[in-house]
Amino acid sequence: MSSANRIGFVLLLTPLVLWLGLLIIIPHIDMFLVSIRERVGRGVYETSAAQYLTFINEPLYIWTFVRTAVMSVLATALTLLIAFPVSYYIAKMARGRLQQVLFMLCLIPFYVSELVRTFGWMILLRETGLVSNLLQWAGLADQPVEMLYNDAAIMIGLVYTSMLFMVVPLVTTLESLDDSVVEAGYDLGGNGLSVLREIVIPHAMPGIVAGCIVVFMLSLGNYLTPTMLGGKDSLWFTEMIYNQFIVRFNWELGAAFGFMLLLLSSLIVWGVLKLTGRTLQETLG
Amino acid sequence: MTPDLDCLDLTRRFGDHTAVDHVNFSVAPGTFFSILGPSGCGKTTIMRMIAGFLEPSSGDIRIRGASVLDTPPNKRPVNMVFQHLALFPMMSIAENIGYGLRRRGMAKAEIARKVDEALERIGLPGIGNRKVTELSGGQKQRVAIARCMVLEPDVLLLDEPLGALDLKLREHMKVELKALQAAFDTTFVYITHDQSEALVMSDQIAVMNNGRFEQVGTGQDLYYRPETPFVAGFIGEANRWRGRVERTEGDELRLRTESGLEMRGAAHGRALQAGDRVEVFVRPESIRIAGDAAALAGFDNVLEGAVSNILFNGAASRALVTDDAGEEIEVTLPQSGEFSDLKRGDRVHVGWSGAQGNAFAVTA
Ligand SMILES: Nc1ncnc2c1ncn2[C@@H]1O[C@H](COP(=O)(O)OP(=O)(O)O)[C@@H](O)[C@H]1O
Ligand SMILES: [Mg+2]
Repeated sequence: MSSANRIGFVLLLTPLVLWLGLLIIIPHIDMFLVSIRERVGRGVYETSAAQYLTFINEPLYIWTFVRTAVMSVLATALTLLIAFPVSYYIAKMARGRLQQVLFMLCLIPFYVSELVRTFGWMILLRETGLVSNLLQWAGLADQPVEMLYNDAAIMIGLVYTSMLFMVVPLVTTLESLDDSVVEAGYDLGGNGLSVLREIVIPHAMPGIVAGCIVVFMLSLGNYLTPTMLGGKDSLWFTEMIYNQFIVRFNWELGAAFGFMLLLLSSLIVWGVLKLTGRTLQETLG
Repeated sequence: MTPDLDCLDLTRRFGDHTAVDHVNFSVAPGTFFSILGPSGCGKTTIMRMIAGFLEPSSGDIRIRGASVLDTPPNKRPVNMVFQHLALFPMMSIAENIGYGLRRRGMAKAEIARKVDEALERIGLPGIGNRKVTELSGGQKQRVAIARCMVLEPDVLLLDEPLGALDLKLREHMKVELKALQAAFDTTFVYITHDQSEALVMSDQIAVMNNGRFEQVGTGQDLYYRPETPFVAGFIGEANRWRGRVERTEGDELRLRTESGLEMRGAAHGRALQAGDRVEVFVRPESIRIAGDAAALAGFDNVLEGAVSNILFNGAASRALVTDDAGEEIEVTLPQSGEFSDLKRGDRVHVGWSGAQGNAFAVTA
């Protein structure tokens, strides 16, 4: 490498290294250090696994942890189920202008902030909200119905928030599927179901895996949606982390929680990749 | 014998554009039938209607005598080799070939046996476990055909399957495809815009233009006895002149071209009268070139001119001769070597018999 080249290389690499270092690696190392210390007196700390033991010994923490993971997996599965037909329609059946318009429609909700979007759902679902009024008007309910502050509301919010992140990779991979390959599937005797199973889904697999990973991580780390739609007692793990840091001022336990969440998401992503026989490079590249 | 495939008044419109316009043909069992026409003339549209991916606007398609209009593509006894082959990239070669058999619910062992047999047939034994991307263009071609042939279709449709191959391989695959058709003994309907593919392989060729069939016949029919000016111009090379009929003597015509050149031609049964505007086609290979007029005594059209250009192309070399009236005539050079030192500006004589001058009335 000539020296001019080398300078260019260093200049190009610097922002990346700074970004990774300052915003991701250093805070995480620091957080890990915080999580393995215990306050034994005023301003006196000792290294110990006390925080992690607290986590393991408190059923509520474990329950919230497991519940968050299960709900996130469920939200991911639901998002995939809804996004797949939508993406297939956009990528393979809609043509020209319609295709662009549909894609824009998926994108438009993201022009407003997540807060406003979630408020939108609250307006629809609350006791005096649109859906409740509609049900009463149609005679399906004889008193106001509260649809907020339950798991279904959280699920709706999570799926809605994640939709775009599933649709984009799916549309991209499905668009690269040659129409004639699908036609060949039918021509050789396949029906809709077998063509889907043997041709469309295997082809879309990179998009499915990528979309699922992104949606799962977003759901797992989502704070706003579970809190607003699920209420104070929605038992979402990020809320618990927030409480430890901000409400209780217990940074040590909060950091330990944070690390458990990181561990969980890494584990599940690794598991999914193993299960589908893909590597991270393949999925991202 | 019932034909394997019958298309009756087949028509397909896209909006107000008629892509396929009242096409009629039938293909006898075991025939290699080609549809030859320029790009965009509606060949693929016909094919997709036969395979079931497009509904005809009107008309009927019959396979072994039974209409298939109400049969979905996955139930039709025809299979298609797609323009870009459309092998399944997510499957191995063996899985590709076995796909249709799996769909029919055949037992695993039976499928494996049939796949091996098919690979043997196409001359690629033992490649079953390879990926699609590991094959060369010609091998993919053969796998795409085998994938259809294991299903023993009544008719195999091929949509310009050699289009993606390079020239050398294409020449080789022409011979191979013909051999495969004979080996599988199946009716092939083959689409192409390349006349040499059609001429080399086909038993029957339909020449298509603007959604209509111009002429259906053997290669010889099309080459020696074109029935429309389009066929005369499209199949093989031809010198082409516009002019007027001066006199008719039975089938023989006396013509004068627009630039004033006088020549004899033939109507070949077409009704032409003195005064009609006509187009005359003369193939360069039916024109004889000679140094002196005496050698051309047997021909009723003899001209003298100067060589204006030599188009050297090995066996298909030609000379452009400009006659004294300024008309340019393309002549194939004989391969005996006597004209190997012909150069631009040489005075030569050219001659051809009037029967070779194929005249058609100009309608427009
Ligand atoms: N789905 C379609 N919608 C509109 N026009 C079409 C469609 N498919 C084909 N055409 C038109 O029909 C004509 C014939 O097309 P095609 O059969 O593909 O030609 P070829 O295979 O002979 O090149 C073309 O003018 C093309 O633009
Ligand atoms: Mg075509």
